[in-house]
Amino acid sequence: MREIFYSHAIREAIAEEMERDPSVFMLGEDIAEYGGAFKVTQGLSDRFGKERIRNTPISENSFVGVATGAALLGFRPIVDIMFQDFITLAMDQITNHATKIHYMYGGQMKVPLVIRTPAGGGRCYGPTHSQSLEAWFMHIPGLKVAAPATAYDAKGMLKSAIRDDNPVVFVESKLLYGQKGPVPEEEYLVPLGEARVIREGEDVTLIAYSRMTVESEKAARVLEQEGISCEVLDLRTLAPLDMGKVSDSVVKTGRAVIVEEGCLTNGVGAEVSARITESCFDYLNAPIRRVAALDVPVPCADSLERAALPDAGKIVTTVRRLLEQYS
Amino acid sequence: MHNEQLIGDYRRMLLIRLFEEKLDELFSTGVIKGTSHLYAGQEAVAVGVCAALRSSDYMTSTHRGHGHFLAKGGDPKRIMAELFGKATGYSKGRGGSQHMACIDIGFLGSNGITGGGIPIATGAALAVQMKQSVLKQQAEDSVVVCFFGEGGAHIGMFHESLNMAGIWKLPVIYLCENNLYAMSVPLSEASSVQDIAVRGASYNMPGVIVDGCDYFKVREVVGEAARRARAGEGPTLIEAKTYRYYGHSKSDKREYRTREEEAEWRQRDPLLLLRDRLRNTEGVEDSLLESIRMQVEAEVEEAVQFATEIPEPDPMSVMDEVFVTP
Repeated sequence: MREIFYSHAIREAIAEEMERDPSVFMLGEDIAEYGGAFKVTQGLSDRFGKERIRNTPISENSFVGVATGAALLGFRPIVDIMFQDFITLAMDQITNHATKIHYMYGGQMKVPLVIRTPAGGGRCYGPTHSQSLEAWFMHIPGLKVAAPATAYDAKGMLKSAIRDDNPVVFVESKLLYGQKGPVPEEEYLVPLGEARVIREGEDVTLIAYSRMTVESEKAARVLEQEGISCEVLDLRTLAPLDMGKVSDSVVKTGRAVIVEEGCLTNGVGAEVSARITESCFDYLNAPIRRVAALDVPVPCADSLERAALPDAGKIVTTVRRLLEQYS
Repeated sequence: MHNEQLIGDYRRMLLIRLFEEKLDELFSTGVIKGTSHLYAGQEAVAVGVCAALRSSDYMTSTHRGHGHFLAKGGDPKRIMAELFGKATGYSKGRGGSQHMACIDIGFLGSNGITGGGIPIATGAALAVQMKQSVLKQQAEDSVVVCFFGEGGAHIGMFHESLNMAGIWKLPVIYLCENNLYAMSVPLSEASSVQDIAVRGASYNMPGVIVDGCDYFKVREVVGEAARRARAGEGPTLIEAKTYRYYGHSKSDKREYRTREEEAEWRQRDPLLLLRDRLRNTEGVEDSLLESIRMQVEAEVEEAVQFATEIPEPDPMSVMDEVFVTP
């Protein structure tokens, strides 16, 4: 099978859906000729025109609202938020409007809206260009949150998100954009809401999503050398959470370590951990551990950024200690 | 033969007035829970706007939205049912006073976030434009009217949205109902300019001031804005100078304004102005006006009775429709 970049897989998904459905269009900053800050949309305005690949002024809250209004009249907008940090500007339209309209007006209207947004650090961009805020969005009823880790999932899940009749925050990873993975030529979809075991193991389940799935796999390979067998579960979608797959794995291994790039406090791991405790308490042989970013703004300097963010090394250390204490 | 549109519009303005007066009574006696923002005093704006538009045009509304919804053709029984928190209310009891919509008549929703509907209306106008240009629906020439108050004209999204509408020449009418007070804060303390309409210049659109008590003047300026929008000439900002008779919401004692000021505005009551016109110019007899009042009173009572009798939502339905399910 051919291998393509994660970013190109996303571009293919957008192009295929725009080809398939004339009501799909894009709004965002610098997405037309410039191709987006990370070149994900490069070439799309040549192909589909600037009406459908539409540059906006720097007005995040309002262009999310504009997309919502267009969705009410039958369009399927894809909004590009250049850095996930900037999505904070659009919290009113996401929280109070796009995600409430279907429920609060009695089910009369729907908002098929995708908000694509690259998250995460590792590039020394500093405190306002490196955050992983996806946990915030798990707290909003009516919103789906997708966070793929591979080129294959990025393409298949984005196509599903575009066809979904609900608002979806689609979390991409800046560091994964340049990673290649196998993606078939023929069309396929990956459904939202389904986690996937990407590595089978016996001793502990590493539960991760987006780039931390890759770091968890690296950690699992290191730990294997030490005789520790890790199962790696990629959540893929954070809302709705596929707790069935999480429970199945934790029941099997008896130990869970949750890995995320966002801050520790009230993070994705906090919710997953609580749910594991509720559903799998009798099967746990060890306390649940979380590996996450420190509760600190993501600093700019390389040494500080590494200190703040989780990585394979920190996962290895955490799992090693856990197994030493609770073997 | 009387002018049927004028009589119908007078009737609709009266319906809004009596509906809101009835609500004031129902809230103060505790029959209805929650809060409400009454539209009485501003009727000539909503009804004058709708008189200039087609029924197929779209509208977004505000927290003070009952009048807009009734003017657009909302059913008073189902609006009242929503206020009573009943299952057959427009939002199945989930939205209440500030969150009602009816997509079938182009009413895209009242809105509890001040100014929150401004980008949504802008997006609806973008959809109308793209239906023509991208989807090749040549017959589509709808207009979107976007209501907000002078308080809503201070949020960032007002400026962001008007800017986009100006760039893209969208078929939208921004209708600012300036009723002088954002809750308690007077415009002079909240705005660097006296007239919101002047802000149109920043976004390359006409800014028009109109007497919001005068149904005819509102109808005229909105008619011109709609013509511009349908002709592809872009958006218009209209500022209607108006006044709300009640407080901001039900708990407001109106200590920030004088009773004299209120009496002065009531001298130019929009209903009285239109009624005088009907009598003096259109030759409408008092007996007809009286029978209209009796019909409208009965219609409001019927709405209350409907809302009282129908069932509350089933608690088991509380999680329904959080998501659209295929």
